[in-house]
Amino acid sequence: MEQIIIQTVNGLVNGMILALVASGLTLIFGIMDVVNFAHGDLVMLGAFVGATTVATTGSFWIALVVAVLTIAIFGALLQVTTLRPLLGRDPLTTILATFGMSLVLQKYAIWQWGPTARAIREPISGQFTLFYLQYPWYRLGAALFAGLIIGALYLFLRRATFGVWIRASMQDRLMAQAMGIPVPLVHAVVFAIGAGMAASSGVLFGPLAGVTHNMGFDFTLRAFIVVVVGGMGNLGGSILAAIFISLLEAYASLIVTPAQAVIVSFVVLILTLLFRPTGLFVPTPK
Amino acid sequence: MPPRSHTAYWAWFTVILILLIVAPLVLPEFWRRFVTEILIWGLLAMSSDILIGYTGMVSFGHSAFFGLGMYGAAAALLTVKPANLWLALLAGLVAAGVVGAFVAFFATRLREIYFSITTLVFSQIFYVIIFTWTEVTGGENGLTFSQPAFRIPGLVDFRFTPASLHWFVLAVVVLSYLLLRRITQSPFGMVLQSIKENEPRTRAIGYHVERYKIVAVMLSGLFAGLAGVLYALQNKFAAPDFVFFVVSGEVVIFNVMGGMGTLVGPIAGAAFFLVLREVVSRYLIEYYLIPVGIIFTAMVIFLPQGLLGFLKRRLNT
Repeated sequence: MEQIIIQTVNGLVNGMILALVASGLTLIFGIMDVVNFAHGDLVMLGAFVGATTVATTGSFWIALVVAVLTIAIFGALLQVTTLRPLLGRDPLTTILATFGMSLVLQKYAIWQWGPTARAIREPISGQFTLFYLQYPWYRLGAALFAGLIIGALYLFLRRATFGVWIRASMQDRLMAQAMGIPVPLVHAVVFAIGAGMAASSGVLFGPLAGVTHNMGFDFTLRAFIVVVVGGMGNLGGSILAAIFISLLEAYASLIVTPAQAVIVSFVVLILTLLFRPTGLFVPTPK
Repeated sequence: MPPRSHTAYWAWFTVILILLIVAPLVLPEFWRRFVTEILIWGLLAMSSDILIGYTGMVSFGHSAFFGLGMYGAAAALLTVKPANLWLALLAGLVAAGVVGAFVAFFATRLREIYFSITTLVFSQIFYVIIFTWTEVTGGENGLTFSQPAFRIPGLVDFRFTPASLHWFVLAVVVLSYLLLRRITQSPFGMVLQSIKENEPRTRAIGYHVERYKIVAVMLSGLFAGLAGVLYALQNKFAAPDFVFFVVSGEVVIFNVMGGMGTLVGPIAGAAFFLVLREVVSRYLIEYYLIPVGIIFTAMVIFLPQGLLGFLKRRLNT
């Protein structure tokens, strides 16, 4: 029983960080039909930039801001140079192009930061007692912070003029363009936002498990699963799916090893695709 | 098609075949092995071309078929004494075929990126199983075995040398190529190509699209498994690394670089990629993927038909 509660907390924390990654991915997919295979590598780059900044400045919060800004600008550049020429072509070509980027980014990370894992020190060091465990406050803080970022994104999309532009281009690219919305700029900014969110989750995740050059693929795969299970391009669905899948994995790791627990989320994905390909957490399409 | 281009095609085919037959006799040891390896990866790439180039489905899970071919061969070589080459071949094909049927059944219900993601997820499932089931698969260390002899009862019986292994691989690859070429030109292959061109219309004409797709994936999986068996024979091991997603990714790279929908293109793409990797990694060691990845991305944008794509019509006559 105690273990189940502990795993619930763990699952929720991981789920919120995963939701942060996945909401960036789903935003990018929703607006430009780009399946970003390099998304996890943006998480990884963000984590590395964060780790380096923490090491030089000593402040976690400065590192978070620096990482988000750097990766956001980098993401915008990436979108303009490699994805803009592919607009309107088969969505499969964007998988290929972003897959190429992912290879480059991973190897660049080894080249720049080396193959050893880096650690990011937690900004909040306190712990509280959860049954027989000393549970770090930071984990809860990270989950809360991830939730705040997602909430901010939601408000931005709802309230801000630019958010309205984004939603307009999501619904109908041509019509939005005709109404005078600078769609190419919107695309670049959306990619930058997605990349920035990926970077922030990388920095938030850093203190939990360390930063390695190959952490990206795992994130990409999980975020894909979440986005498909939640319904492609559906923000709320992605968040629910992220928590759902993380909880399932957390419970599964009570029975099998964590490496095998991943299979649970694979099976959820396959079942979803077979029986409800539009996503679990969206209303049934008419 | 006019008979002239037909003659030209077979003339080129003969020239390249002769070059590949002579290759192990003239090349130094390292490059001899290298050419054999290109042929094996080429076969894997060709198997994936059935899906990418002819049916329009990008599989990101070919490592599963390749890896199962390897482990199937390894299982046959380790359990049956004396080790039998043909049994290893059969076991590898059966393993890849069973997995192929399983994946095909589920994945073909989905289209485009959903197909890609599903195949990727399936290959990761097999990777996790193979990686963690240490008692049977050897886990991280994989399985090692000794090379079986080439034996046809009453005819020949010899141990493989690098040259004869090369000829054996060459024979398998060329036969597979001719078979796949025949398949793609058959009515069945035509239906696959029409699925790529326009799936709803193919369905409207009355073809059972799902069945064709399932057969295409199984066929592709079988040939990928065959490549896995060959690779296992050449290297005398089966390792979980070859079930990992990276291999699937490289297969897609081979296809894009060489030219999808040409069968020969992916082999050329494999050769191009491996040579590029060999040359670049002499200067950059393990960072070769940085320039190679940039070249790949640039080719996706600027040269979507690949190196041999301009020959597409001639190669399919």
